[in-house]
Amino acid sequence: MDTLVIAERNLIRLPRAPELLLAFTVQPIMFLLLFRYVFGGAITTPGLAYVQFLIPGIIVQNIAFGGFVTALGLNEDVHKGLIDRFRSLPMARAAVLAGRTLSDVVTNSLSVVILLVTGVIIGFSFNADVLHVAAGILLLLLFGYAFSWVFAFVGLIASTPESANSVAFIAIFPLTFISSAFVPVASMPPVLQAFARVNPFTITVNAMRSLWLGLPPGNYVWEATLWAIGITVVFAPLAVARYRKHSAS
Amino acid sequence: MGRVQSRSVRGVPGADPAITTRGLTKSFGDVTALAGVDLDVTRGTVLGLLGPNGAGKTTFVRVLTTLLRADAGTASVLGLDVVQDAAELRTRIGLAGQYAAVDENLTGLENLVMVGRLYGMSRRRATARGKQLLTGFDLEDAARRPVKTYSGGMRRRLDLGAALVANPPVLFLDEPTTGLDPRSRLAMWAVIENLVSEGTTVLLTTQYLDEADQLADMIAVVDRGLVIAEGTSDELKDRVGGERLEVTLDDGASFEDAVRALSPMAADSPSCDGSLVTMNVRQRHGTIVEAVRRLSEAGVGVEDLALRRPTLDDVFLTLTGHAAEERAEAEAEAAA
Repeated sequence: MDTLVIAERNLIRLPRAPELLLAFTVQPIMFLLLFRYVFGGAITTPGLAYVQFLIPGIIVQNIAFGGFVTALGLNEDVHKGLIDRFRSLPMARAAVLAGRTLSDVVTNSLSVVILLVTGVIIGFSFNADVLHVAAGILLLLLFGYAFSWVFAFVGLIASTPESANSVAFIAIFPLTFISSAFVPVASMPPVLQAFARVNPFTITVNAMRSLWLGLPPGNYVWEATLWAIGITVVFAPLAVARYRKHSAS
Repeated sequence: MGRVQSRSVRGVPGADPAITTRGLTKSFGDVTALAGVDLDVTRGTVLGLLGPNGAGKTTFVRVLTTLLRADAGTASVLGLDVVQDAAELRTRIGLAGQYAAVDENLTGLENLVMVGRLYGMSRRRATARGKQLLTGFDLEDAARRPVKTYSGGMRRRLDLGAALVANPPVLFLDEPTTGLDPRSRLAMWAVIENLVSEGTTVLLTTQYLDEADQLADMIAVVDRGLVIAEGTSDELKDRVGGERLEVTLDDGASFEDAVRALSPMAADSPSCDGSLVTMNVRQRHGTIVEAVRRLSEAGVGVEDLALRRPTLDDVFLTLTGHAAEERAEAEAEAAA
């Protein structure tokens, strides 16, 4: 109940922070168009048109970053004293974090829809039945949810919203690029290839491609699901412990 | 003590205090914020916790509002222990902090509705209560505007409104007027006075002496994590002594001559700050006339001469040996 109240609050305020709204709507579209039309011609993806290759990759990258609103928002709440207010209220202690990550699911869904619609307009098409498409969307949301907890933790340890932002970007940006999201892993130098192959982003992007395009085959879907659950299991308790520590000190 | 007791008639006679603390201590690293605080606040009264920056006021409030756990000692609000009964306690208190803890991207009404629902109210009830508070705090016109468009005074009133959503019997106000312009400050005082007249118990922290004077039934002076004096405003002033005579000397007038001329009237040794001589005097009656006569006989030129009741500033200086503001400034410098 309290979780829903907090989630609702996060969603009401979103349209009133235009820079955040842009980050959800215009920015992913911009990235998508840049990759498709600027880099697309130079990247060869065996067996697939680049737009087919790109859409699952860019959606995964985008959803991993969806949680940055949680990092910024939590950090702001800590510094503006709102967390103190919440903690002085007779509400469920976990609701502040749970509400945050829950509202991320809603905004993440929004950006998935925006990217898919744009993707279809520029030539993407599913090569799967409805069930697999839906399973793909579920996997995306699960993966995004996992990263919301990573960002929640970052937002609680960072000293300012700006540093929360840069910590998150420095940590996650390279991860998304040294993966199969934008280019075939085989085109990278051997060291990066080795890293890219075990990178959860590669695994999740490959899982999305299996679900939506029927390619590549393999156990990616289960591996990606385990990664998402694993990240949540590690970072949710870390974030909660950090939140508690704010309470105690 | 007679005066103190008579104040408690507004509360429930003979009832337990609304707030009780015993031996409360809290340190952050090697900084001691609370060094063993014992305090009682009678139901239905306002206790003003007066002290400079860094005296431990905010830490004290944070312990009582369950935001912070003390290292040692006990604290209870309405008989509920701040640690054991924290959840229950939170339903009975309201907190308005030093920083207006409202969401800037929500409207005034949305903020209050959110808080109401977190107190467990239905959306409808929370909305009705929110509107009522906004009207009461003169924020009706701004109810549907995002808080980021509000002035500082409006934010503080909204923050106070948020603390009052559930009609808590005990209210904690941590420096409610710090940083406000004089007009907003007076408006805030009026709001607080009105609350108190309805029987709410208030613990108010302030570094403004006039604020404690104006709002508090009882004042506890805190310095370095300890309550160093407690009493009504008048009792504290009495501790400093009677009237104070302030003489501003002409340029070139001799300080020694002035002190020698006035010393038979002084109740303590006169102090001098630049051209200003201050001293406590034994009696009010005829003091000015006598001072003028003595000074002119001694040939000391005087620019101005005044007699005044001691202020809480004097109280602070007498109790701690340093002025409240000086300490705060020194600390700000040390931190910079």
